[in-house]
Amino acid sequence: MVMFWVALLAISILIYLLLDGFDLGVGMLFGLADGEARRAEMLRTIAPVWDGNETWLVVAGVIMWGAFPVVYAMLMPTFYIPVVVMLLGLILRGVAFEFRGKASRSRRIWDVSFSVGSFAASFMQGAMVGALVEGLQFSNGEYVGGTFGWLTGFSVLCGIGLCFGYALLGACWLVRKCEGPIRDATRRQIPLLAVAVLAFLVVVFTHALVEHLPILRRWIERPYLFVFPLIGAGAAAVLATSILRHDDYWPFHMVALIFASAFGTLALSFWPYMIPFVVTIEEAAAPHASLAFMFWGAGLFVFPLMLLYVAVGYRVFRGKTAAAADHY
Amino acid sequence: MDPTALLLSRLQFAFTISFHIIFPAFTIGLAAWLTVLEAMHQYSGRPVYRTLFEFWLKIFGVAFGMGVVSGVVMAFQFGTNWSVLSKMSGPIQGPLLSYETFTAFMLEAGFFGILIFGRPRVPPWFYLFSTAMVALGTTLSAFWIMVNNSWMQVPTGYVLQNGQFVPDDWAQIIFNRVVWVRFPHMLLASYLTGAFCVAATGAWYLLRRTYRAEAHVMLRMGLALAAVLLPVQLFIGHLVGDYVHDYQPAKFAAIEARWHDEQPASEVLIAIPDSTTESNRYAISIPVLGSIIASMSLNSKEVGLTSFAPQDRPPVAIPFFAFRIMVGCGFVMLGLAWLGTWLGLKHRLERSRLLLWGIFLSFPLPWIAILTGWYTAEVGRQPWTIYGVLRTADAVTPSLTAAAATASLILFVAVYAFIFSFGTYYIYRLLRAGPAGLGGKPLHVPVPNRPMSLADQVPASRSYLEAGE
Ligand code: HDD
Ligand code: HEM
Ligand code: HEM
Repeated sequence: MVMFWVALLAISILIYLLLDGFDLGVGMLFGLADGEARRAEMLRTIAPVWDGNETWLVVAGVIMWGAFPVVYAMLMPTFYIPVVVMLLGLILRGVAFEFRGKASRSRRIWDVSFSVGSFAASFMQGAMVGALVEGLQFSNGEYVGGTFGWLTGFSVLCGIGLCFGYALLGACWLVRKCEGPIRDATRRQIPLLAVAVLAFLVVVFTHALVEHLPILRRWIERPYLFVFPLIGAGAAAVLATSILRHDDYWPFHMVALIFASAFGTLALSFWPYMIPFVVTIEEAAAPHASLAFMFWGAGLFVFPLMLLYVAVGYRVFRGKTAAAADHY
Repeated sequence: MDPTALLLSRLQFAFTISFHIIFPAFTIGLAAWLTVLEAMHQYSGRPVYRTLFEFWLKIFGVAFGMGVVSGVVMAFQFGTNWSVLSKMSGPIQGPLLSYETFTAFMLEAGFFGILIFGRPRVPPWFYLFSTAMVALGTTLSAFWIMVNNSWMQVPTGYVLQNGQFVPDDWAQIIFNRVVWVRFPHMLLASYLTGAFCVAATGAWYLLRRTYRAEAHVMLRMGLALAAVLLPVQLFIGHLVGDYVHDYQPAKFAAIEARWHDEQPASEVLIAIPDSTTESNRYAISIPVLGSIIASMSLNSKEVGLTSFAPQDRPPVAIPFFAFRIMVGCGFVMLGLAWLGTWLGLKHRLERSRLLLWGIFLSFPLPWIAILTGWYTAEVGRQPWTIYGVLRTADAVTPSLTAAAATASLILFVAVYAFIFSFGTYYIYRLLRAGPAGLGGKPLHVPVPNRPMSLADQVPASRSYLEAGE
């Protein structure tokens, strides 16, 4: 039971990263694009799916609350400020989808709120992961690190890194979904973003070495973990060649693979902790009666259905988003 | 934790949930109405249904978007501000909220995209199916959240172990009698909200003498639905009161502003409760009626607030007045719906401009009833978060500082005020422009890849673009 819910939590977080990742990424790139036609087209590629994408955040959140209440109750207060800012960012970008089409003079406001909101949410997510990796102060199951304990040079770095990562994913999504000038302009951004992400990975790794982050020990103890970075490196190579070949389809999948391998790396190096070196999975798990209740309905039957909804949604809106099609 | 962090967290929760509930109340009803319209259009082929569908769909889109983003906040606020509650009740509330997310939110979110953008890409039956799935999702969502909140109001089916509420009887948690009166009460409240908004829009158009065909359908359907649902709602409201009487006597006493035990009890119609003197000022009350309402008997003994230790008493003024406002709204709506339906049957409704004005101006009533109903329920259960077991003061996050809580409260108020003013303004403009005032792009632009779409037979290619552009 416990392992089932760890797995489902991990899968949900990964799905969230990939889906809302490209959608937040498009939001950040949106700020750079000029011209109403381009912006409208960028938005059209994500408008039918953003709500579903964002709901995976809620899925991850409630699995955490239901299956690992201790972790939920420890992390939310720790990240009080970043969670609030992330939520406000998600609000500002979420309403922009519907508002911008209904606005006339006020459209600019929603353009700004869309990209600023996307940026704020992405940055805070990265910063929280960074703070978790670096380590936080708890005593007797209570957070004692102060309101801004999560804010360090390293976590800021991770926040920026995740923004670049999401932007890269978003750029590849646009290349996949668009044609003409948008695709070409976006394709030119990809190498830059990819280099930025790479540079960030190098810096993070060096930082971890220099600071002797405890998480590094795991790598020495468990050399098989290096499988994941290897997969990531392979994906990066395919990404590079597919960009050179002007392929529209593969870059997105390769960046997604890079994300998945980075996520796998991180998740396994936490193992068996949920909050590194403070709370293990077993300690955090809810009583059996809760896990079993969730398993026999939500986990076993509804979760596959949820995947089906996602598949149906993406299938209905598959292929290139034609410039004048659909609503708005 | 300092005491102000507690107060600020309570304010923040009350503010964000009050904001959130405005949108579900509307979208639950509207999603059901859209499903009916689409089904009627596919069945009868009458273009007016399609026009109305496209019109309300856009309003639905805006309201739904605001409902989603404000709801995501709620799901995390339990953890950020009420971490002790989250940890203790996580084994029960967490799985319930997981069921809500898995069965309801994903369903809504998955089909929402198709509902808004997918019509040209899917066959008509599938479009109708998607609409129905969104409606089903909103209803399931209301169900699970009512289970969740009802468990906090009347905790059952658990044992306390190592400082956690460990579930030992899920059937009891989900299928108890409290849920099965509160869920219908909430669901009907949402349908009434939809019905009154639709009817009010119809009345508004008739007053302005525009869109007569559409206005008639809206007015007739809205009023008829409300006329049928309201008596049911008032009856269920009485059953809700019964549960409060049985399980939460202190809340019941506060609602009735009954300070001392009475036998037989009188019913205070209106008064100004004064907690310092533990009595009512300017009270108008009817003898014996209190016993009849509470226990269906002529001389039952009813408990007063002074039977509870001062630290276990809820505030009195808010539940007392909020309850009366809710009930008052219910009766006003009943009057409007019955009168309107009756005149409609006699074909005199369009000429009674006074009544049309009344119906037009009544659209806030269901919202007022919903908010005051929730204030009755939530303030009345104080000082408990989990009734009788966990006090609100003990549930708050220990590490939360007043400064952080102030900052977040100010940010929420600012951002919500901002999006609320624009959101209502856009909805107002859509309503003002009306079903046909939408000139511009045709509805059916050919989409290159529409593999699933059979030739959808749509009679009117009414345009469907943003109003006021
Ligand atoms: C009776 C109705 C009702 C009530 C009392 C609540 N909600 Fe709600 N909620 C809905 C009815 C609803 C809905 C109808 O399902 C919404 C509103 C519009 C929408 O898009 O879905 C929604 C949206 C919504 C979402 C976004 C779903 C998504 O991502 O698609 C979340 C996370 C929550 N809610 C969570 C909560 C929490 C934690 C609540 C309590 C504290 C709460 N809601 C009270
Ligand atoms: C949607 C309609 C709702 C409204 C308008 C509403 C209103 C309120 C108000 C006014 C308070 C503050 C009470 C006080 O501190 O004096 C409150 C507190 C609270 N409510 Fe609700 N509520 C709603 C739904 C819910 C639901 C569905 C849940 C749980 C599933 C819930 C859980 C809580 C909690 C945890 C608190 C904070 C602790 C407390 O003060 O008791 N509420 N709510
Ligand atoms: C004679 C009419 C009514 C009576 C006697 C009545 C009774 C009640 C009572 C006693 C509560 C408090 C429940 C609790 O503490 O948990 C309540 C809550 C509520 N009422 Fe009513 N009600 C009436 C009409 C209405 C109407 C017309 C609406 C909306 C259109 C409405 C919406 C609500 C809502 C949303 C709640 C909060 C949810 C809940 O606690 O179930 N009520 N009602």
